[in-house]
Amino acid sequence: MAVTNRDQELVVTVSPHVRSDESTAKIMWTVTLSLLPAFAMSVYYFGPRAVYVTALSILGCLFSEWLVQKMAGREITLSDGSAFLTGLLLGMNMPSSVPFYIPLVSAFVAVAITKQLFGGLGYNIFNPALIGRAFALITWPRAMTTWFTPTAAFVAMDAKTTATPLGILKEEGMHKLLEVFGDKMTLYYQLLIGHRAGSLGETSVIAILIGAAFLLYKRYISLHIPLSFLATVAVLTWVFGGKEGLFTGDPIVHLLSGGLMLGAFYMATDYVTCPSVKTGQIIFGIGCGALTALIRLKAGYPEGVMFAILLMNCFTPLIDRNLKTKVFGARKEAAK
Amino acid sequence: MALLTFKGGVHPPENKELSAKAPIREAAPPKQAVIPLSQHIGAPCNCVVEVGQEVKKGQLIGEPTAFVSAPVHSSVSGKVVEITQIPNAMGRLVQAVVIDNDGKEEWAPLQDNPDYMNLSPEELKEKIKNAGIVGMGGATFPTHVKLSPPKEKPIDVVIINGAECEPYLTADHRLMVENPEQVIEGLKILMKILGVSKGYVGIENNKPDAIEKMTEAASKEPNIEVKALQVKYPQGAEKMLIKAIIDREVPAGGLPMDVGVVVQNVGTAVAIFEACRYGKPLIERIVTVTGRGVKEPGNLKARIGTPIRQLIDECGGFVDNPKKVILGGPMMGFAQFSLDVPVTKGTSGVLVLSETEYVSSEKYGPCIRCGRCIEACPMGLMPLMLSILSEKGFYEDTREYNIMDCFECGSCTYVCPSKRPIVHHIRLAKSLIKR
Ligand code: SF4
Ligand code: SF4
Repeated sequence: MAVTNRDQELVVTVSPHVRSDESTAKIMWTVTLSLLPAFAMSVYYFGPRAVYVTALSILGCLFSEWLVQKMAGREITLSDGSAFLTGLLLGMNMPSSVPFYIPLVSAFVAVAITKQLFGGLGYNIFNPALIGRAFALITWPRAMTTWFTPTAAFVAMDAKTTATPLGILKEEGMHKLLEVFGDKMTLYYQLLIGHRAGSLGETSVIAILIGAAFLLYKRYISLHIPLSFLATVAVLTWVFGGKEGLFTGDPIVHLLSGGLMLGAFYMATDYVTCPSVKTGQIIFGIGCGALTALIRLKAGYPEGVMFAILLMNCFTPLIDRNLKTKVFGARKEAAK
Repeated sequence: MALLTFKGGVHPPENKELSAKAPIREAAPPKQAVIPLSQHIGAPCNCVVEVGQEVKKGQLIGEPTAFVSAPVHSSVSGKVVEITQIPNAMGRLVQAVVIDNDGKEEWAPLQDNPDYMNLSPEELKEKIKNAGIVGMGGATFPTHVKLSPPKEKPIDVVIINGAECEPYLTADHRLMVENPEQVIEGLKILMKILGVSKGYVGIENNKPDAIEKMTEAASKEPNIEVKALQVKYPQGAEKMLIKAIIDREVPAGGLPMDVGVVVQNVGTAVAIFEACRYGKPLIERIVTVTGRGVKEPGNLKARIGTPIRQLIDECGGFVDNPKKVILGGPMMGFAQFSLDVPVTKGTSGVLVLSETEYVSSEKYGPCIRCGRCIEACPMGLMPLMLSILSEKGFYEDTREYNIMDCFECGSCTYVCPSKRPIVHHIRLAKSLIKR
């Protein structure tokens, strides 16, 4: 597009002639950075396996991206950080107990199929990390639902398996959960710091919130999706989540458990696969919340965040097409 | 007090400190003035001089051929040596009169009016029209046309645009600091012509000295208020300015007069005063010569028709090799091939970008749908869709996303992390769907 004048060596391009210093790579690497606390907690609780699983998942994603781009003759864009970030999120969504081929194969599904076959960054309909995880869950249902107990000891070789809090809640109810954890306050506290069974990076709510706060401060994400998502889950689990009738559920347990925080702040807010207009984002968040609550309370799985977001990803194009922005000076009747 | 503003917009580094403190100084008159006969929006002028003819400073050389047009005057005294075609700032060929300056600075007879405030609105308007005044913020729309709204669109507010929201530029800033009374006089003339009892001056808050000076100058005028505006681009776009100051929303596809407002730029206000008071035609203007590619950035009062090369030389010349020379500001200005292009009525700045300031816009990535462009668009559009559709060749579909409401402010392109040339895509689509 630029033309260079031979005499003066002046570059001639269309306006604007200045650009902000924001870039896709900067965004991706900043989001990656913000996941460090959650990653650190996963290593703290689940030991070296957390590192292995996450690293394999990242390597798998980088390799898949490189492979497809190489084969398709496209530009290699590993440095934009998006494949790395997908790998990190995918790894954080796996139990520490998985055999090592699972993160590798899932990474290929996430990046090569979900992202690159749809045209690469920006063109995919579904969140790549979530498709990778959904694929793993469906293909290896046992391995993907075998949870090691977290232990603060870094060298925990005698890992025992256990159920996740949501699993216990679903199978046996709140009383059992309290039995396991002691009293309510202890339960909330343990959930908050992440001392519980679950996927690697999802357990420590506090670590996730620290990262999310950083992203909010940097304005890399906005509250529209997370807030509407979380609020919807809270209300619905409170109203319908109790065994003793309406309004007896415990929304706090639901908010602090499973992959909700990681999903609400990091997966549902994925730029590419969520609506781009704020009103659409709120609807998207409410949809995610409603589906999550529905799956958690009424369906076969104890956790529903992943499927909820993936289902809402399908609606993103529809939401975007129908909820446009209000044009400055548009007359009321003319506005949709 | 919360500063007034609009929704959307961006805040690029201001870079005004380069020239904000430099007092306006007179640039040397050009040895040879190259004066285009089309420096405004509307019909080009008919040339009324011949090669070999002697002309005086301020003498009419181009006569308007339609209502939406503005006469052109000689900015020097001397001899017409050529009538030719030159590329203007946008690269389009326009007719221009080349005049050799004899250095005598002889004025054509001007009509002095110490009592100008007692002239009738019609007489004042006629003076503005004959002086060839156009919007000097860059839009170059003939001023007398704006002052002739149709009967069914009554005007009740006049706003003087002192926002100067483009980074780097300080011409209006200096004018407000150095000539605040003339700006206010210009506003009073406008109010008289339009029979309006309310006038505002909107100034971005990064010019506290201008706000102070203007407030002082307006203190004796109960009908005129100076308003401080949030520093945000494009605060100086007419629609955004009107929204910020009096909270009226110009309808999509409409004009300020649809909400009863006329907006004029600070430089225009001063030109209006000079035309009515001294009968002086528009033959010079303030130009900010700036950027890190020029040695001594400053604000020059330059004759229309001065080649920008001369202004750059007067500011100490280039620092090393410049990367880009832009007429106007960095957000909406036009990059130039040649330094021979002359200053015209709409030239608010000559911006020389050095190697360090220059950003390559060659490489860009796919849209990651981050929504930043949507947040930034002051018109409430969805630039990402305009860009994607245009890139894929679906030009007609861009209508559905209100492409014609885009005024190419560049905010979307500025913020895009993927560095997508959104404005370029939009212009392409606009030009192809017009037919
Ligand atoms: S779409 Fe047009 S009006 Fe909106 S930000 Fe981009 S250039 Fe400005
Ligand atoms: S700012 Fe750029 S990347 Fe982001 S949505 Fe707009 S066009 Fe796409």
